[in-house]
Amino acid sequence: MTHYILRTLAKMVLTLLVIITLVFFATRMSGSPLDTFLGDGLTAEDRALMIEYFGLDQSLWQQYVAYLRGILDGNFGLSFIERRPVAEIVAERIGPSLQLLGSALALTLAVSVPLGVVAALWRGSWIGSAVMGLAFIGYAVPNFVIATFMVLVFSFTLNWLPIVGNGTPWHFIMPPLAMSGVLIAALTRFTRNAMLDVLGQDFMRTARAKGLPETVVILKHGLRNAGVTVLSVLGLQIAGMAAAGNVVVEAIFSWPGIGELLVSAAITRDYPVLQFGVIAVAFAVVAINALTDIAYVIADPRIRMAKG
Amino acid sequence: MTVTTHVPDRSPIFLALWREADLIQKIAAVTAITLVLLALLAPLVAPMDPLDQSLISRLRPPLGFDRYKDGFLLGTDELGRDVLSRSLYGLRLTLGLALAGACIGLLIGGTLGLLAGLRRGWAEDVIMAAVDLQIAVPFTLLALLILSLFGSSLTVMVCVLGIAGWEQYARIVRAEVRKITELPFIEAARASGGGQRYIALTHVLPNIVSPLVVQFTLSLSNIVILESTLSFLGLGVQPPTATLGSMVGYGRDYMPTAPWMVVAPAALIILITFSVQILGDWLRDHADVRLRAR
Repeated sequence: MTHYILRTLAKMVLTLLVIITLVFFATRMSGSPLDTFLGDGLTAEDRALMIEYFGLDQSLWQQYVAYLRGILDGNFGLSFIERRPVAEIVAERIGPSLQLLGSALALTLAVSVPLGVVAALWRGSWIGSAVMGLAFIGYAVPNFVIATFMVLVFSFTLNWLPIVGNGTPWHFIMPPLAMSGVLIAALTRFTRNAMLDVLGQDFMRTARAKGLPETVVILKHGLRNAGVTVLSVLGLQIAGMAAAGNVVVEAIFSWPGIGELLVSAAITRDYPVLQFGVIAVAFAVVAINALTDIAYVIADPRIRMAKG
Repeated sequence: MTVTTHVPDRSPIFLALWREADLIQKIAAVTAITLVLLALLAPLVAPMDPLDQSLISRLRPPLGFDRYKDGFLLGTDELGRDVLSRSLYGLRLTLGLALAGACIGLLIGGTLGLLAGLRRGWAEDVIMAAVDLQIAVPFTLLALLILSLFGSSLTVMVCVLGIAGWEQYARIVRAEVRKITELPFIEAARASGGGQRYIALTHVLPNIVSPLVVQFTLSLSNIVILESTLSFLGLGVQPPTATLGSMVGYGRDYMPTAPWMVVAPAALIILITFSVQILGDWLRDHADVRLRAR
């Protein structure tokens, strides 16, 4: 098992290295950073000075090595626009992003686990079909459309909910809802399938044969076993979807988190912020994936006992 | 799984499929065909030029509301442009971009998957590592980076949409190729002296067409969502050209006074994703028996 964990961690580090490399070379491929940001208003002397200062006279490989070394030292560069360390800027945004992610994930779990169980138990009846129909809608409607319609109805027409920021509890209604549409759809499907798998197992029949009440059978023997699968799906697949949804929803509601920062950095071409933000979010997702993988292995006795 | 007696059906495949479809699937099929026709015929169908501005008739509401202006069925936007015509041209661009992106994804992913499946060893390892990487990193982030770095032209957008879904094709093709190459007829082809490329193109490829068609349809809806999202955020095709996503994005600023600017393009996006996704599920369930169990 140690071997497996080490391999997962090594894979994670390698993935990150590849991402950093891709991000670095993609940025350099798009032209000299000086041209894109400073434009033409630069004298030849200033230009030479800047080139020396940022190390742009070195070969691409030297710059790449310097960039990697900077990352190891915790130095990710300065924002073009705010002129302060990007790590500092991104760090300020982590809190609000986690708030949004947390509330969206809580909502997702609270809605989709019961729905998934219901869909599995009433498979074949209209209830199951209705739940799966709802899940289908969640998949097909992009979250920016959900957000836009909610704003139209609840903010502009009914005047109930605020749009911009994260100041009051009222701000915590629309953004998590908009974000969790697709997550609920995905997790409901996964829960239903995991539950269906469990329902067909021998130990469920044994539990019923022992005379246990049906609710105990379903919740304790069924859901608990399906829950492991659901949680692993949450870490492996939902993490990536949540990161993507986070970007869009934060941008729409001007939520002061990382997603909003990334979109505005992309629009203003603040490359250091954008680079670091992409790397940081990718790191978070890849790390959650790896941890889930490892947790799953530790939790599952069949894998835990196996050698290798 | 139910056992059905197989009666050879000599009618064309689409007619046979149509007969099996239920009401929702039929509606989806008709909607999809209508949308494609509208997109193709946009220059003929659109009542006005989508870029024609008329500052005296700004922000007019659709038919049936006060201040409706004759001829502008779905109202006008902040520059007095016809929302209906803009939506039709936006539909055309959105569908065009999505199709082009899906084709590029299919081409890249299919080729790499074929390579990985036929040629084991380091080529397979590298390709599958790239697939894993693509799955691990949320693509919307990379798309933000690419569009910001290389500018938001049509070409860049098509490339971004093209690399958005290649890994799915690569996985499917590789898995299918591995299954097929175990079969005796491939061995026979090899024994009779068929080269690697000959076998790939004439024996393997035709046998993996149906899972590819299914994946193509299903991915189309995701690509439409990705493109609309990026355009909505202002990182897509730049104005005055509009896709459905960017129309929703710009219309957002006028929502309190002119909600119709948002409703028409948003409704079209939902119609596309719904009908395409229903069609994809339907194809998956009916076009290929081997996929039915999944």
